[in-house]
Amino acid sequence: MSGEASDWPRPRGGGKGEGGGAGTGAADKVPQSSDGDPDPARLHEDFNAVWGNPRGWRSVTIVNHTAIGLRFMLTGLGFFLFGGLLAMLIRTQLALPGHTIMTPEVYAQVFTMHGTVMMFLFAVPMMEGLAVYLLPKMLGARDLVFPRLSALGYWCYLFGGLILCASLFLGIAPDAGWFMYTPLASATYTPGPNSDFWLIGITFVEISAVSAGVELAVSILRARAPGMSLDKMPLYAWYILTMAMMIIIGFPPLILGSILLELERAAGMPFFDPTRGGDPILWQHLFWLFGHPEVYIIFLPAAGIVSTLLPVFARRPIVGYAWVVVAVLTTGFISFGLWVHHMFTVGIPMLAQAFFSAASMLVAIPTAIQVFSWIATLWLGRPVFHLPMLWLTGFLVIFVAGGLTGVMLALVPFDWQVHDTHFVVAHMHYVLVGGMFFPLIAGLYYWLPHFSGRMASPALGRWGFWLVFGGFNLNFLVMHWTGLLGMPRRVNTYEAGLGWDLPNLVSSIGGFIMAAGVVTVLADILLHFRFGRPAPDNPWQADTLEWATALPPSPYNFISLPRVEGRHPLWDQPGIGRELAAGRGGLAVIDHGRRETWGTDPASGEVREIIHLPGNTALPFLAALSLAALCIALLAKAYGVALAAAVVVAGLLLRWSWENGAHPAAAPDARTAPGDPPLHSRTADGPGLWGMALTLLADGALYLALLFGWFYLWTVGPTWQVPEGGGMAGSAGRLLLAAAVVHTLAQFGMRRMARGGALRHGAAAFAAVAAGGALALGLVYAALQAAALVVTATAHDAVIAVVLGYSLAHLGMATAVTLLQALRVRRGYVGLEAPYEPLVVARLWHYNGGVLWSSYAALVLFPPAWGGAWGGV
Amino acid sequence: MAVVAASGCAPAGGQGPGRRAAALGHSPAGGGLAGLLAGVLACVLAGCAGPVSTLQPAGPAAREAAQLWWGMLTVGVIVLIGVVALWLHALRRPSAMVGPAEAKRITLLWLVGGGLLLPGFTLIALLAFGIPAGHRMLPLPLAGGEAPLRIEVIGHQWWWEVHYPDSGVVLADELHLPAGQPVDVVVRSADVIHSFWIPRLAGKIDMVPGRSNLIRLQADEAGEYRGQCAEYCGVSHAFMVLRVVAHEPAAYAAWQQERGG
Ligand code: HEM
Ligand SMILES: [Cu+2]
Ligand SMILES: [Cu+2]
Repeated sequence: MSGEASDWPRPRGGGKGEGGGAGTGAADKVPQSSDGDPDPARLHEDFNAVWGNPRGWRSVTIVNHTAIGLRFMLTGLGFFLFGGLLAMLIRTQLALPGHTIMTPEVYAQVFTMHGTVMMFLFAVPMMEGLAVYLLPKMLGARDLVFPRLSALGYWCYLFGGLILCASLFLGIAPDAGWFMYTPLASATYTPGPNSDFWLIGITFVEISAVSAGVELAVSILRARAPGMSLDKMPLYAWYILTMAMMIIIGFPPLILGSILLELERAAGMPFFDPTRGGDPILWQHLFWLFGHPEVYIIFLPAAGIVSTLLPVFARRPIVGYAWVVVAVLTTGFISFGLWVHHMFTVGIPMLAQAFFSAASMLVAIPTAIQVFSWIATLWLGRPVFHLPMLWLTGFLVIFVAGGLTGVMLALVPFDWQVHDTHFVVAHMHYVLVGGMFFPLIAGLYYWLPHFSGRMASPALGRWGFWLVFGGFNLNFLVMHWTGLLGMPRRVNTYEAGLGWDLPNLVSSIGGFIMAAGVVTVLADILLHFRFGRPAPDNPWQADTLEWATALPPSPYNFISLPRVEGRHPLWDQPGIGRELAAGRGGLAVIDHGRRETWGTDPASGEVREIIHLPGNTALPFLAALSLAALCIALLAKAYGVALAAAVVVAGLLLRWSWENGAHPAAAPDARTAPGDPPLHSRTADGPGLWGMALTLLADGALYLALLFGWFYLWTVGPTWQVPEGGGMAGSAGRLLLAAAVVHTLAQFGMRRMARGGALRHGAAAFAAVAAGGALALGLVYAALQAAALVVTATAHDAVIAVVLGYSLAHLGMATAVTLLQALRVRRGYVGLEAPYEPLVVARLWHYNGGVLWSSYAALVLFPPAWGGAWGGV
Repeated sequence: MAVVAASGCAPAGGQGPGRRAAALGHSPAGGGLAGLLAGVLACVLAGCAGPVSTLQPAGPAAREAAQLWWGMLTVGVIVLIGVVALWLHALRRPSAMVGPAEAKRITLLWLVGGGLLLPGFTLIALLAFGIPAGHRMLPLPLAGGEAPLRIEVIGHQWWWEVHYPDSGVVLADELHLPAGQPVDVVVRSADVIHSFWIPRLAGKIDMVPGRSNLIRLQADEAGEYRGQCAEYCGVSHAFMVLRVVAHEPAAYAAWQQERGG
């Protein structure tokens, strides 16, 4: 932080070239080695030939992050409007006592869908979309490192969201509240397909969240501008990195929970049924293990927007960069230890409650550090006031108020009173709307010139702000009071005379004012696309690289890639945009026909290789479409169709992984310019290694959540039953042990292949390793048979079946991709010059080894050690 | 509005629904600091009396929770005003050119003072009040050694089944208890999760199938109270209401006699 005072922004001369195109080729003052620059317009054409987006129906093949990011945001906006409409329905119903424009059945669907849509289909995807759009530009890269994954994520999100919302129009929407507490959500008490829409639809949407998480994290770590060491990264990237890691670790417990609850509903496996040894509280643990981090997954990227905009408007670097980074990382870390504060009334031991109470309050500290860093930045800067600052000020007021009621709720004896009342509804909207929606609008206004090349009008924008701000507070400030007056949440109506009439009416009026404000803001944004004045270059005089692209940007972002020397590239080199457009940065050639960006060192940001990126392809779209078919088939309980769809999905994904690495469709030409590093697929160190590692981290979080459930039920499940005979004692346990041993041997083989054995022993050796995997798979299957489980009788047998099923699926996957490696060796896509893929596959093998041994420990060794009643052990 | 306001926010004890006016003149804050400011603000907003108002407590647990609220509200309002004022001032302040050394000093002041010390001390103070308060609400053995009266309540979609194990009395949607003495309520569920809550007496406790939970209640004075289900439990959740009657101990004994015998 030492040099902070010295890197103040230097005012730049009035550059006011029209946006669009790739710059005007104006003479540049900063001299740089260049021998006869090519014509920028020609360069743009050449790059567009490789990077350009097709139109018409072919636009479903687009994988470019700019297009995908915009799609995410537009779709998120659509879902926000839908969720907002539902909110208006709720407020209309509650405006007057005894008001029943909706039946209780419909009301339940409406509040459940409002919460679900806002959390899963608006807040998270919106923030991801913005990050997908911005990050490569801010980091000085051309795209995210797994563009097809971004596209897959988008389509899963769109289709999943549509399936979920369609249920409301069919009148069979989820209706047990956005956290789907079982037994209410179980087949006994919700026999219709309502809960299935939630469980299957949300899991489908979750694929999108997790893939965006992996994508963003790897891109931040591995594809930054040369020279951008971690300590020079824009703060926004730190926030998104933390969010991405939290998604990777936080979403899998919910995915697991949803799978278990769906298995309980569809196949009668009683994980949460207390009459058969399950426990409904386990669902709550799994849900909130995800649910609490979720609110920070929503808040942190929004805070990242604040930390990005505020210094620009304060005209100085943020105060306490390192403090903020540590605060953000700490928030992410702590937020995994707080989930029980949503469960203070379920009867958890008092000591645990005190622990989670104190831990919950602890998050106030990193949050306060950020708030005071923002205040200090304004204090020491020379603030200028533009519309986004108004929204940031609104954010501060509302978010701090919400944070304060949050600390109050963390105090257990107070929470016992207001939990599940409208006080909590008010609190959560203060943090969600204040902490997410206000910064989002600030950010949208700030980046508007980026999306449109134009500036918005200040007048209409101010109206919109005051309507939203005033309406919001009228609505939700009063709602705290309604809650304290004893109004429970999720009541479809209430009697007159309980003291709730007036505050509810006031809240409803406030809600409608807020809605008018939202409409005003949207109108402002829409109008500006037509009437806004063209934006000058870097209109806010910002410091981050996204303002060095054309406005609006071309799909490739930069004709040539920048090198970064400090934290504020555009303040250090105001003319860098034109430099880059003239082809005076890195990787300025395109005649090889590859999409390329730098692969850099995670810590130092120095160049390690060239990452070549796949071009447009329909595979993600088709895969998502087949997944949608799979979901619909599951909802319709047409399991034959579901199986067929699953086979198609698997086929498409294998095809996807086939067109990778040294495959001609991926990199037709492996030559690089003299002096440039090799292509990543020709090294032993590509981003796929990181992608695999982070995917396995998510996978591991899911598996750990499963083991958590197992140990939880054994140790604190109140009605846990261990059936006589069967189970993993005896031969089933020995078969599992044998599987683990066989797998370990095969794993050694895989390790040798990854270390270069592939080059010497070729396809046959891969096939041998795969055979080892298949043998282990067969042994696990035999163990499953020998265990003679009755999965509908006890939670005990149901959990064992899932643990073994998980291993089976993973062993099958590893065997298949290893066979594919054998084929690829034969085709020459893997070999001496392309040694990279076996390394990626080896990670899966090591992971599976870990899974088998820990399953053995958990299923076979743990129960007798705990003292389970197993006759024969 | 004025009438509502006048009916008072007093956390101080014991008004039955018919006796709200008695609250007039009590201090609005039991918790020292939590003074007029909060009380006035609140009463101006909407008044805090009501048949299910947590701010018109009628039992020790609810009273402590209300006191915590007034205290936290006061501190919270001060912090909020302070932070917002700082922000606005920083926005408008004529920009003074400060040197790097001065900037560093100010930075540290803000980050350590506002980021670490302010929340740190506030949280410690909060826990110092909150943990003992929570402890006092627990169903711990009584000082005298005798066991409190035990009542069992089973939640159903959408009604309450109330058992008196001592006398064998069974009621539906009605809970009778003696005033002025602690009562332990054991809660269970017969179907989905419900939550047992009589806002004027104490906090809530979930009724979870497969488990029993325990909550301690005390109504300071005889009168009628209202309980309601707080956890969403299906379409009639809003109407899952419990009539609670606290009797003078002698009247309670008579009532039990009559019902049980
Ligand atoms: C546009 C203004 C909004 C209004 C007027 C509004 C209103 C409400 C109301 C009245 C409820 C309580 C329903 C009930 O308990 O019966 C509610 C629940 C909820 N809202 Fe909003 N809301 C708004 C925006 C948002 C936003 C932006 C988010 C998230 C980013 C959000 C997230 C939620 C959640 C998670 C619930 C809980 C749903 C449940 O209980 O299952 N809301 N909202
Ligand atoms: Cu939380
Ligand atoms: Cu209920």
